[in-house]
Amino acid sequence: MRGFLAVLWRDLRLALGGSGDVLTIVLFFVITGAITPFAVGPDQALLSRIAPGIVWIAAFLAMLLGLDRLFRPDQEDGTLALYRLADVPLAAVVAAKVIVHWLTAALPLIVASPLLAVLLAMDFPTFARTVVSLLLGTPALAAFGAIGAAVTVTTRRGGLLAPILIAPLCVPVLIFGVGAIAMGGGPDQAGAALLFLAALSLTALALSPFAAALAIDWGEE
Amino acid sequence: MTPRQVHSPISLRARALACGRGDTLLIEGLDLDVEPGAGLLLRGPNGAGKSTLLLSLAGLLPPLGGEVSLFGHDPEDGPALHYCGHRNAVRPRLGVRQTLAFWRDINGPTGLSVDAALERVGLLPIAGLDAGYLSAGQQRRLALARLLVSRRPLWLLDEPTAALDTDGHRLVASLLAQHLEQGGLAVIATHDEIELPALRTLALAARA
Repeated sequence: MRGFLAVLWRDLRLALGGSGDVLTIVLFFVITGAITPFAVGPDQALLSRIAPGIVWIAAFLAMLLGLDRLFRPDQEDGTLALYRLADVPLAAVVAAKVIVHWLTAALPLIVASPLLAVLLAMDFPTFARTVVSLLLGTPALAAFGAIGAAVTVTTRRGGLLAPILIAPLCVPVLIFGVGAIAMGGGPDQAGAALLFLAALSLTALALSPFAAALAIDWGEE
Repeated sequence: MTPRQVHSPISLRARALACGRGDTLLIEGLDLDVEPGAGLLLRGPNGAGKSTLLLSLAGLLPPLGGEVSLFGHDPEDGPALHYCGHRNAVRPRLGVRQTLAFWRDINGPTGLSVDAALERVGLLPIAGLDAGYLSAGQQRRLALARLLVSRRPLWLLDEPTAALDTDGHRLVASLLAQHLEQGGLAVIATHDEIELPALRTLALAARA
């Protein structure tokens, strides 16, 4: 537990300590949303209809941006090799990193999402649902991302490979994430979608530390 | 000052060990035994496979053949070895003391206190400094301090004296002497002279 907390604090300190990584991710998220009205035209009805999808796409892409700093800096300076010899199980190290990744690459997006809601002409109920669905769905994205980052950490230029690897895994998250927001015609299935989203996140969070730890252990030093 | 035999007596044994990188075989048919209190110096030209052998002994690189075993080691006690490679695992934006305290938390506080270890390697006066400002030699000293805060019987050191000054060379020798005296064992790859009675030398030949 002590080692787990040590990794948590260290990575939080590194992520927040003046590197500007978090700000980059938030700006990317906001800009992706902000250019959409220019691309699809200023049709307010259309915008508010596709807004949930835009928010989810922006969040997905922004989180991919933070993926490369999950293990790569540790791999480059030799820390990752030492984690493999540490008293703390590697899965616990990965779990701490997934939590830090969510705190520094997903939570800031949720905090910044009101900005997108304004830009995309969302009404308040839709916005509230968006926040809930992001809160429930982004942990799954963080967990899948950790698997992708772990598999590609020893590959050069693997930073570009990880998003391609995990995109198929993230499709269900996007489907249910948007499903939990969309207020179109027909019966309201948002409740069921939210439950699916929560189930996805819980499963992914429970399994990903072990999967990622296995990938790191098998990767060559 | 320090009690003798603080380490549980374990010994390292490799039989018919073959290791290499990818498909390239660097070492084959290697038998080696290291007993408690003994050290093994690996010597050989660049590219002879010293680092690869150390990585294989550490379990970080799967051997291509043969086996490595640790006798007398209870897996309940956690990992038995420290690996200290070329890369120092020192990250800018973390303080010197913070870095060492981090490794103590990761590997368990079974050795010296953080400040005592920093004093031993001569970094105590700059304990509050950002580790990113350290020189290469100071970073190496910080990496060596990591071996002191958590007690483990087997040390695998890859060029521990790299970037160190003459004072640093003496430091490595005295750390090693103390470690071996306490019943620890060590395998060291180096090009420098380390004069200790308990050290044997294993010369690795260059591969054509």
